[in-house]
Amino acid sequence: MNPSTDDAVRLDSVTEVTWTQLVSASGMPEFEVRELVRYGALIPRDPDAPVWTFEARWLVVVRTASRLRRDFELDTHGVSVVLGYVERIDALESELRRLRAQLG
Amino acid sequence: MKYKDYYATLGLAKDASAEDIKSAYRRLARKYHPDVSKESNAEAKFKEMGEAYETLKDPEKRAAYDQLGSHAAGQDFRPPPEWGQNYAQGQGGFDDIDLSDLFAGLAARRGRANGAGGGARGRPQDMPIPGSDYEAMVRLSFAQAFNGTEIDLELSALEWDPQGGMRRVPHRVKARIPRGVTNGEKLRVPGKGGKGMNGAPDGDLYLDIEIAPHPLYRVSGQDIYVDLALAPWESALGTTVQLPTPGGTVSLKVPAGSPAGKQLRLTGRGFTRGSGTPGNLFAIIRIEMPTVLDDRQRELYRQLAEASNFDPRAHLDEEAAR
Repeated sequence: MNPSTDDAVRLDSVTEVTWTQLVSASGMPEFEVRELVRYGALIPRDPDAPVWTFEARWLVVVRTASRLRRDFELDTHGVSVVLGYVERIDALESELRRLRAQLG
Repeated sequence: MKYKDYYATLGLAKDASAEDIKSAYRRLARKYHPDVSKESNAEAKFKEMGEAYETLKDPEKRAAYDQLGSHAAGQDFRPPPEWGQNYAQGQGGFDDIDLSDLFAGLAARRGRANGAGGGARGRPQDMPIPGSDYEAMVRLSFAQAFNGTEIDLELSALEWDPQGGMRRVPHRVKARIPRGVTNGEKLRVPGKGGKGMNGAPDGDLYLDIEIAPHPLYRVSGQDIYVDLALAPWESALGTTVQLPTPGGTVSLKVPAGSPAGKQLRLTGRGFTRGSGTPGNLFAIIRIEMPTVLDDRQRELYRQLAEASNFDPRAHLDEEAAR
């Protein structure tokens, strides 16, 4: 059977996802994802809103969190600390790519 | 089915204790986890050790694995008949699955049995089970990433067969990749992961984008960098060059006195993402010297040297004294 063609959706800061989608994508229990929000590892668009929504880029972060949680057998606080380092590494690699692109 | 030596993967003897298994896994995970490692084969290596650990850390799975007997890694084998009775009831055949699938099936069957737990329905088969998310690497050419493209993926999915066993089935997905994706970007194709069961939603497919290097263009975020080679006299006197860009060739005016390293910006000639502001293309000036000079050219350089009082090293003494 020839499948239909689906749109691959960008996980950026423009597209929005719901709390339910974020928890579902993480594969983690809801209370653990809530802890990650409490530790600042995930940031809702409006933390004071009665129902949280997120930029779609947080789906990538929460899936990384889930892998780190499972593969290193970390608690959520440990995960939030490692995510901070992963974010710094991403920023440094991005800067390195920019400099390499300029140097040729 | 190919045999995998899970003990050897973790560098352990077959009589390793649970603590030994955990320590070996943690030591290797620290080195090879793809989120933190830059080892060239980290992802494949971590997958192997993760699979070994998933089986060996669980006493029931480890016992099941040990009862498969000893074989050489990579050797074709079939589980003994009594093994199927004890651990893989309902499993149709073993030919079209991987060893890890076998243990995934064992864990899933156990989960379903435990999940029954005297619930209202009382039948584990009725429990809604969301489909798994899948992840696939997609390698695009520079032009595909710049313009957007359609891809046709042939994946292999693990699913339950009607007898309650696990089997591998082809899973074909066609997806439209939007223009302007960048290296390392992740995209999501909703509902194209594993099938949900009993009314639960299907999983999603996540695509990891990798862009093949281009001989001319280098990409950083939405910006593109390209080397613009100039002869020394073009750099000194200025010129107009025909510069190829991903959107077509443009006429680029190089001002007189443009030094090596100077970046000439072509606004909006970079990657475009959705309806956002496009990135820029930067042409970086490189001065190329002719390696062979004839007598006349050498004489002209000599005349230039005599006519010029330009000293490119004038700052050295002053700055060295600081």
